[in-house]
Amino acid sequence: MSITYLEAIREAQAKLLRDDERVFIYGQDVGGTFGGAFKATKGLAREFPGRVLNTPISEDAIVGTAIGAALHGMRPIVEMQFADFSSLALNQILNNAGTHYWRTNVPVPITIRLPSGGTKGSGPFHSQSMESIYAHYPGLIVMTPATVEDAYTMLIEAVAIDDPVVYCEHKYLYYHLKADKLPTEGLPAGKARIAREGRDLTIVTYSAMVQEALAVAEELASDGFEIEVVDLRTVKPLDTDTVLASVARTGRLLCVGESFPWGGATAEVIARVTSEGFHLLDAPPQRVNAKDTPIPYHPNLWSVHRPNAKSIAAKARNLLRE
Amino acid sequence: MLQTAQRSSETIKTKAVPHERFLEAFRWMLLARTFEEKLVSLYRGGLITGGVYIGKGQEAVSVACGLFLQKGDIFAPLIRDQAGRSAFGEPLVDVARTYLGSRQGPMRGRDGNIHRGLPRQGQLAMISHLGAMVSVTVGALMAKRFKGEKNFIGLSCIGEGGMQTGSFHEGMNLAAVEQVPLVIVATNNHYAYSTPNEREFACAELVDRAKGYGFEGYNLDGTDLSACLDVIGSAVKRARAGRPPQLLVASTLRLSGHGEHDDASYVTDEIKREPFAQDCLKRADKLIVDLNLVDAKRLQGWRDDAAAQVDQAITTAQKEAAPDANEDWCAISTRALVDQAQ
Repeated sequence: MSITYLEAIREAQAKLLRDDERVFIYGQDVGGTFGGAFKATKGLAREFPGRVLNTPISEDAIVGTAIGAALHGMRPIVEMQFADFSSLALNQILNNAGTHYWRTNVPVPITIRLPSGGTKGSGPFHSQSMESIYAHYPGLIVMTPATVEDAYTMLIEAVAIDDPVVYCEHKYLYYHLKADKLPTEGLPAGKARIAREGRDLTIVTYSAMVQEALAVAEELASDGFEIEVVDLRTVKPLDTDTVLASVARTGRLLCVGESFPWGGATAEVIARVTSEGFHLLDAPPQRVNAKDTPIPYHPNLWSVHRPNAKSIAAKARNLLRE
Repeated sequence: MLQTAQRSSETIKTKAVPHERFLEAFRWMLLARTFEEKLVSLYRGGLITGGVYIGKGQEAVSVACGLFLQKGDIFAPLIRDQAGRSAFGEPLVDVARTYLGSRQGPMRGRDGNIHRGLPRQGQLAMISHLGAMVSVTVGALMAKRFKGEKNFIGLSCIGEGGMQTGSFHEGMNLAAVEQVPLVIVATNNHYAYSTPNEREFACAELVDRAKGYGFEGYNLDGTDLSACLDVIGSAVKRARAGRPPQLLVASTLRLSGHGEHDDASYVTDEIKREPFAQDCLKRADKLIVDLNLVDAKRLQGWRDDAAAQVDQAITTAQKEAAPDANEDWCAISTRALVDQAQ
């Protein structure tokens, strides 16, 4: 018996619908017999009639509706068909949901699921990683689960949180990542996880890049290097303490993210480590991100646009030499 | 089933006898006008930080929006809805607190002027991005339906400027798809800030869009209080009775600048002579005198009462403390998840 990352997301939603009558799922193609573009809600409309609802292609109004429902006692889960399309709902997410508690003292408990990141052949509009944009604005919690277990427990936690949560689920992990069974509990949001212990170099990353970083650690182990991999789990709030403790052990920091290079989660980690833990560093911190271009369609281009074990390992080796 | 939107030529005419809630509505209009005149003088005296945005000329439409709503309904007012907000139950002192930045106000000095609300009491807090509150109203109504509540409706206000946003369009369409009991009251005050109608839209009648959305649509004369009460009151009844969502388009002229920083010098003399340029409060006042609905002494008493209420609200808010920069600044309610960004 094994369960995939995608099945864990579906199971978490089934549990939420079963356990909490305030929960409903709202998004394009999530309902009926279809169950979503990636089948993350397959069968749920039949099991929970009237609570898994198809919507028009209206990202702004989908999120606006979720905000209104949340203000009046519901716990909506919005599925964006692709993270990329959430740009059409930025106003509702950033300006409405993100400001609401601070302005009115009334929180907005919505969860927005973003099928994120690149898969082969998906091109510029079906591959984006949006976490840095949402983390930049105040008022939102941004989750980036990297494991089947986190995909499950963090989605359940997201719905329980009284504030808006942007839950970035990685499409590449949907089918590639499997676990033996679902956990009954996990680390809380806001806590990073040491995915692999090491003493020579810390790789701080999140989402699908955790798997790439673990592959790099395995490869470099054969050369005698012990790489520590920190899985942030939530990019906001950012668990600076766990990152600093790791850098204190290794003296070297490499940040890896799949999103574009200008600013963002990896830059934030480096900014915090250099300002709060400069004395811990034996070498200048480095990072690996996607290229500063739109995301290419052809696999030949995509394979060098996105960070991967090869490009991360090359950067890690350089950093270990310093 | 859906009724074709009525043409402007079929605009509902004022009845000879004013609406039964005419005088009650008039008093809310008077209070709103008196209060906003006071805000303007405070602004000119440098006592209000930021902008002042008033609803002069739109009080008749606005009051009718607030007046027919009940406890349990959802109201999403916009920037020119002081009369409607008051009629719905917003305490005047909270308005003063928001404009003057009192920490005891609903926005505690964090947001100002018209960006205020009491979401738990059904009055949504608008954001400046127009059209956004339509779908939020839809969501609130869906929540009430999920929870099994009965007899509720939502009313969301917009202007002809906001009607041109994508957000408005998405919200309207979704409202009709979800068949929520919603009334949209659009006030065409003929200018989006300085931009006149001909650069805002090209359709003959905005109300014609009702049919395209799956709404029932009606035009109304926004300068005629009795017509506003009739048309908006009837739409509220239809929504409560389970009819499709309702779109009402009122015609007025904004009798102020966009905000008090704006002298509105772009408003043409020609447009000021149009019937829709009449002052709804003066029209209502004249009707009261012409039909001798209230004697002069009582009318003066109402004016004095409005002035006293305004003074009390302003005086109270002025005595209250401003927000403290050392207070809790968290943008989220879950304290354990506040990021430590510097």
